Amino acid sequence: MPNEVLKIEDLHTHFFTDQGEIPAVDGVSLTVHKGEVVGVVGESGCGKSVTSLSIMQLIPSPPGKIVGGSIHFKGEDLLSVSKKRIKEIRGNEISMIFQEPMTSLDPLFTIGNQLREAIRIHQKVTKKQANERSIEMLKLVGIPRAEAVMNEYPHQLSGGMRQRVMIAIAMSCDPEILIADEPTTALDVTIQAQILDLMKKLNQEKETAILMITHDLGVVAEICDRVIVMYAGQVVEEGTTREILKDPKHPYTKGLIRSIPKLHEKDQQLYSIPGTVPKPKMGNVGCRFNDRCEYAHDRCFAETPELFSIINNRYSRCFLLDDSEGKVVTDAEANIRS
Amino acid sequence: MQKPILEVNHLKKYFDVRGGVFGKKVGEVKAVDDVSFTVHEGEILGIVGESGCGKSTTGKTILRLIEPTEGEVKFEGENIAALSAEAMRKLRRDMQIIFQDPYASLNPRHTVEKIISEPLLIHGMGKKERKSRVKELLEVVGLSDYHASRYPHQFSGGQRQRIGIARALANNPKLIICDEPVSALDVSVQSQILNLMEGLRDQFNLTYVFIAHDLSVVKHISDRVGVMYLGRLVELTDKEKLYDDPKHPYTKALLSAVPVPDPDVEKERILLEGDVPSPSNPPTGCAFHTRCPVAMDICKTVRPTFEQAEVNHFVACHLYN
Repeated sequence: MPNEVLKIEDLHTHFFTDQGEIPAVDGVSLTVHKGEVVGVVGESGCGKSVTSLSIMQLIPSPPGKIVGGSIHFKGEDLLSVSKKRIKEIRGNEISMIFQEPMTSLDPLFTIGNQLREAIRIHQKVTKKQANERSIEMLKLVGIPRAEAVMNEYPHQLSGGMRQRVMIAIAMSCDPEILIADEPTTALDVTIQAQILDLMKKLNQEKETAILMITHDLGVVAEICDRVIVMYAGQVVEEGTTREILKDPKHPYTKGLIRSIPKLHEKDQQLYSIPGTVPKPKMGNVGCRFNDRCEYAHDRCFAETPELFSIINNRYSRCFLLDDSEGKVVTDAEANIRS
Repeated sequence: MQKPILEVNHLKKYFDVRGGVFGKKVGEVKAVDDVSFTVHEGEILGIVGESGCGKSTTGKTILRLIEPTEGEVKFEGENIAALSAEAMRKLRRDMQIIFQDPYASLNPRHTVEKIISEPLLIHGMGKKERKSRVKELLEVVGLSDYHASRYPHQFSGGQRQRIGIARALANNPKLIICDEPVSALDVSVQSQILNLMEGLRDQFNLTYVFIAHDLSVVKHISDRVGVMYLGRLVELTDKEKLYDDPKHPYTKALLSAVPVPDPDVEKERILLEGDVPSPSNPPTGCAFHTRCPVAMDICKTVRPTFEQAEVNHFVACHLYN
């Protein structure tokens, strides 16, 4: 399709540590279209951040290495282009914002300095033009007294303001896609609402695609069009936000949604998935979720499930959705529904 | 009417701000500024607020881990703010705390057995008894007795929080202050810990003061909820009332800002402008008037009192007084 901005296919990012090879990202595929907001959700250690760092080629190497798969940005294979080209793309056509706005800004330089730097690296503009553009960006992200903030240092700003500055830097070169890695996790709810609002606005006005990495399904419901659920380095389910939240197919997604306390529902005993997230390791056979899954049967331990297609662009990595399997499916399905 | 186990009256905690060459006092941060509430036996009182609103300081001041500047804290009728250090130590057997960060609150050089038996030792239990008590406690929180000889780094976050809970339970306390006990945990583990804490409350007839910033979690676990803003309690009532019929404009905005994982829930979002003001220089009058969408003239000058607007529904706002 022509409007695919980012297409990742079968990405494998492994870390080579003293404890052996760790497949942090194990065969992840995802596509982001123009102007679309795609969420990647999962718990800590599921590989969602490593996926985003792989796109930007920011995996520390060693120990990390992309050992397989492809990442295409508007048809260009990011894994085979030169370092120089990556530098051109990074921060210009693909931008990224991180969770902790304090550590992502340099404490020794003023806000203006850091904004101008980002602009002047990627665009042929004079200092004056860069300055004007910086002020314009700060106003766009809703920072009051933008001119004064240009001469201030990061420590003089609050957490919410810093994240706005990060977004201003990320958006200053009009990127095609913005990768946001837990952008609101360190912020209070009222500030989170402001930032999500701002990101929605930028997405609509500038048609910037957003890849939203988060652990919060509330944030997903708020901003995403489509969602990818990750577990232990793999995609376990994919669908539209409504499909995932209202009609989850994979037992992990179901469990995850049921274990969130809901503000708008009457109280009941909270469901909890037993056990903990497994550490990714090489040579895993069987479904990664098998030891925590209440529907696990023999096949889940003997074979590794693929991503089964349910309907258009709706996938789940669970044998319960394998149509070729006979009676077990119907039994288990009946179980789920009851 | 239930028996109150804890009464907090006009509690204040000001931290001095020192500066200059001689460290002279140049100002103060009003972390907790005149907070009053009562906790009944067997109930869970939730305290919510954003970072810097003084909710953790309130919790620690109740236990006198931080000395209060002013006000009283009555535990079972006794004003503990006036007790000697020795008497306080004896009383801490009945009042325990669970901390937020399960990574930082356990000594990495001690085994789990030593961590859990330390409070038992302080309150004078023999060696043999301690050992069996540790075993018992580990089972209560869902761990196994062979875990006793391990070190904290060998456990996951959720398991560490279970160890923290076992330590708090060691001396059969009556009241536990829970300071953000699940904020550092993943969703699936968070629900395990919440269920465990609810179960323990019923099993041992505990009372919790549950401090958290996550409104959904607080709603799930609490019986009554208090909302704090800039060192002050702005609203306190039953959780159903608070979530169905919030009175204070800040509570309304806070509730509307929570993202709900359900695309069908229609909400009217109240977006607050700007940031929380600094507690070292709080606004005059009502602390919220700088961001309040319905602020009146009186809000800028007169601080609203914390009064009962309806039965068991306390609110500090000029709209209701």
